[in-house]
Amino acid sequence: MSVKQISVFIENKKGKLAEATRYIADHQINLRALSIADTQDFGILRIICDDPKMADAALKDGGYITTVTDVLAAAISDTPGSLAAILEVLSDANVVVEYTYAFNSSKSGAYMIFRVDDNQVAAAALAGAGIKTANQEDLF
Amino acid sequence: MSKYYQPEIETASVEDIKALQSEKLVKQVKHVYENVEYYRNLMDEKGVKPDDIKSIDDLYKLPFLTKADLRDAYPYGLLGTDLKNCVRIQSTSGTTGRRVVAFYTQKDVELWEECCARAIVAAGGTNEDVCQVAYGYGLFTGGPGLNGGSHKVGCLTLPMSSGNTERQIQFMQDLHSTILCCTPSYAAYIGETLKEMGLTPDDIDLKAGIFGAEPWTEEMRRDIEKSLGIKAYDIYGLTETSGPGVSFECEEQTGMHINEDHFLAEIIDPETGEVLPEGSKGELVFTSLDKEAFPLLRYRTRDICVLSRKKCSCGRTLIKMTKPMGRSDDMLIIRGVNVFPSQIETVLLKEGYSANYLIEVDRANNTDTLDVSVELTPEQFSDTVKDLAAKEKVLANAIKTMLGINPKVHLVAPKTITRSEGKAVRVIDKRKLHD
Repeated sequence: MSVKQISVFIENKKGKLAEATRYIADHQINLRALSIADTQDFGILRIICDDPKMADAALKDGGYITTVTDVLAAAISDTPGSLAAILEVLSDANVVVEYTYAFNSSKSGAYMIFRVDDNQVAAAALAGAGIKTANQEDLF
Repeated sequence: MSKYYQPEIETASVEDIKALQSEKLVKQVKHVYENVEYYRNLMDEKGVKPDDIKSIDDLYKLPFLTKADLRDAYPYGLLGTDLKNCVRIQSTSGTTGRRVVAFYTQKDVELWEECCARAIVAAGGTNEDVCQVAYGYGLFTGGPGLNGGSHKVGCLTLPMSSGNTERQIQFMQDLHSTILCCTPSYAAYIGETLKEMGLTPDDIDLKAGIFGAEPWTEEMRRDIEKSLGIKAYDIYGLTETSGPGVSFECEEQTGMHINEDHFLAEIIDPETGEVLPEGSKGELVFTSLDKEAFPLLRYRTRDICVLSRKKCSCGRTLIKMTKPMGRSDDMLIIRGVNVFPSQIETVLLKEGYSANYLIEVDRANNTDTLDVSVELTPEQFSDTVKDLAAKEKVLANAIKTMLGINPKVHLVAPKTITRSEGKAVRVIDKRKLHD
């Protein structure tokens, strides 16, 4: 129960993010979720899109350094405390969260994306707590 | 056969060598002043006359020659004799756009070959040896130099030139070659090929190798020695002074003895041109004491090394030079430390990065800063900032260990470091813009 996320290495310089997103648009890749982690020198652009295989190939073709990672998408309800509940489940299961960001779609509802140290343990723990995790197809 | 080719020179007392150098220098300066207009003009500009040079102690009075002079004087401007007295030219590849053409009289060729003969004997060569010369023949000095030296020693000489490695190994086996002369990278390649052919060092009779013409590390030496079952000796030279054989290693393998009866060596501060005392690190400068056709005086090699007269266990008294540690034209002085881009490159390659890097030196709050940008490779990319930041830190620490200076390391995207024609621009010294 995981989804494919593409991470792209981007230099932390003026125009670089615009350049990368323009490139993505020109290749008809529709971004569904995105987060950026950055340092003074560089950033990592993380994206979720409908055809990760094609998108990854297109980006590599354009000279970008990319990597594809399996991340968890946990369904989240529109109520206070729902994120805290998920994180507590993960914490109780000794799962380490590297980062998280939100994903929202009118069709499939809201999800939180999690990069964790062990997808299987995390998915099982969430399932045990009645929290749904999505597959690639569920999101689009 | 003796363990020295010319013991009277190679084991002479320092006083005798210096007396010989002084005698030759006085004559050579006079010869150059009379025959080489280009250098006469340089001397006149400096207000030095041949009479001012009475011994090697006066050497510092003479003007330097640089690679730029060689270019300006190309091709005949530094010729020390009539062309009709010259019998040979050798030339550099000219990859940096500055081809050097050096001329030789018959006597120049003889002296050069004698220098190479000394190197071969120092590597244990005698007239019973079979010497396989796998340096390139032609304009490059490697092949002709060692070929001539091998003849002088009386070795059976195999003028193989470089390339066709399986054939090299076949000759090695069939004719029982005992000494191999080539570049260290080619020696390493021969070693790999030997293994690929299913052979071991026991299947060949090599005992020694004389390798030069490019930088190589101590690690490479051990690898070559193991893969070919030999002892590997370094040899140094440059086309400007003759070719290989300017200096050579003995069995101690701790630096190269300079044939100082022919080449008078100095170490200078590359910034100021000041002569530095023995044991100092600086730029190597050579004066050809008896070359007729191409008699360069105080030629700046741009190689950085150290000279030493420490007693050598081989019995030779010729002064020793270390393997060049870098090039003076690349040298940066950062916080008072001499830094060569090649040192940083060594660290990058060792840590698994490409040789595409940029070194930026600047000054902030009166302190020099060192920034090293290196292109990230796809294999090194990680999805988390934590991992990438850790990679930068590992690299910064490795550079600090090498230089003693804390750099800022920046990982950059591939192909973002500007490449000029052929060679990447590697160093930007912004301090010069402020001065």
